[in-house]
Amino acid sequence: MEVDEPTGMYVSTTELDITEGKVIEALKARSQQSIPDPDSWLDEELRRNIFLTTVDAILNWARRSSLWPVVCFPACCAFEFITTAASRFDISRFGMEVIRASPRQADLMITAGTLTWKMAPQVRRIYDQMAEPKWVIAMGACGISGGIFRSSYSVVPGYNRIVPVDVYVPGCPPRPEALLYGIRMLHHKISKGSIDTEGR
Amino acid sequence: MTVALSGKEIADKLEEQFPGSIVESSQDSLVVDSEFLLKVATSLKDTPDLDFNYLVAITAVDYYDYFEVVYRLTSLEHNHSLVVKTRCYERVNPVLPSVVSLWRGAELQEREIYDLMGISFEEHPNLKRLFLWQGFKGHPLRKDYL
Repeated sequence: MEVDEPTGMYVSTTELDITEGKVIEALKARSQQSIPDPDSWLDEELRRNIFLTTVDAILNWARRSSLWPVVCFPACCAFEFITTAASRFDISRFGMEVIRASPRQADLMITAGTLTWKMAPQVRRIYDQMAEPKWVIAMGACGISGGIFRSSYSVVPGYNRIVPVDVYVPGCPPRPEALLYGIRMLHHKISKGSIDTEGR
Repeated sequence: MTVALSGKEIADKLEEQFPGSIVESSQDSLVVDSEFLLKVATSLKDTPDLDFNYLVAITAVDYYDYFEVVYRLTSLEHNHSLVVKTRCYERVNPVLPSVVSLWRGAELQEREIYDLMGISFEEHPNLKRLFLWQGFKGHPLRKDYL
């Protein structure tokens, strides 16, 4: 549908307004019927808005398709995470681009960096404040085991001393592809879950 | 460009002013007896020709036999700098005078040295651990810390 373009020179704004009014009236007159959206390609059940599935399948699908990460980036792995979130690798493909500053709105903790014992109580508190169900990806050598700082007097040797970890992504730091693979693994893990066994 | 003053020349002047205050001196730096540290530091700060009104950094080094604390001073007025050191031979409970009364910027740096090297600074307004937590055993930047 074409919109009539006003043409020519206008000596006053009143003349311009009148022309604009005519364009709107003409478009409105031609737009009394909605543009058809044929549904002949849909299946019979779908046309009647009926879906058949299990509660587990739909719940797991919803959970894994919108994992919102909480901010937990104490060290340099954060930059790989930022790259993963940015346009080249783009975690919004997985519904994850909403990185929450509030743990109450997040369900995934990606532990991007070395954790010191002085910081550990805060990380545990953030984890405790996240609503169930929640998951943790230990990202990078420091997240898994403390990495090269493992024997240091101030470093926690692995986040699994503080919070339960679901997926370990090795690397120092892991490339975004590795982190994405870890996220896909977590999706896989979530899809195997069942509300029947939850919390046990 | 900041001019690095000769430690030797300054040391000669200081030795005249405070006999027995200089342990050794070289082109790069001078070592002050810790008994004289505050007097020497006050003099370096208040003498108009020197006017070291800015403390760039304090560092501590463990040489096993003694701790050495390094003060890097700069005059913003004259754009010259000087490295002053002092030594502490006590290992169990090393104590040095605090320079917070002269340069307020020393406060956190002396706390850091107290935290990691275990040197106490007398008359420091708030001497407690900076990076590590209360209850931490030992001082990790000492060479004999395991």
